[in-house]
Amino acid sequence: MLSGVLSIRRDIVDAIIDHARRDHPDEACGVVAGPVGSDRPERFIPMLNAARSPTFYEFDSMDLLRLYREMEDRDEEPVVIYHSHTATEAYPSRTDISIAAEPNAHYVLVAAWMEDEADFRSFRIVDGVVTEEEVRITD
Amino acid sequence: MAVEVRIPTILRQYTDGAKTVEGSGDTLSALVDDLESRHPGLRDRLMENGELRRFVNVYLNDEDVRFLDGVKTSVSDGDSVTVLPAVAGGA
Repeated sequence: MLSGVLSIRRDIVDAIIDHARRDHPDEACGVVAGPVGSDRPERFIPMLNAARSPTFYEFDSMDLLRLYREMEDRDEEPVVIYHSHTATEAYPSRTDISIAAEPNAHYVLVAAWMEDEADFRSFRIVDGVVTEEEVRITD
Repeated sequence: MAVEVRIPTILRQYTDGAKTVEGSGDTLSALVDDLESRHPGLRDRLMENGELRRFVNVYLNDEDVRFLDGVKTSVSDGDSVTVLPAVAGGA
């Protein structure tokens, strides 16, 4: 049994998977912002992977500042933080867990090397503890 | 006047939930020491061995301090400092 739920629209799921496949074999990354406290991922924001790497992703530091200022101006927060894995399963790596710093976000992972959309998974990462959640796709 | 410091969600446990706190100091390092005196624990989350932690970004007004002088960057009254954890990871 999975404890939490991520509810997310089909078109946003498709946009995340498209981004992951487009940037493959580099890792793709981004955010889906939503109103503060709503837990609704509404605004898809693909980000540049400044590391341009198949095994690492990092938002560019100036992009990060602009993103957070923009979200603050719009009363939004990062409801989803997503990235792709290009050769491993869609499960947070040790690196993902050690760096994760948004305890309120759903961390979405996509295995970009797989054909099957089933490997679109969501997790909470809080104080180094990973909890997988159900993904409920809405129309 | 003082320096306004914007605190990210994950570090607000050290600021009683406050999004912004005020501090003073001539350099970023001195500012962090000043913050530590009222918000114990914060310094260790920002710095390690006298340098900024790898996955913590600190901005002076609109600039990443890594492109200035790091923790030695000069700060003045009226400046705004923003702390943001890096969004990063890897396979």
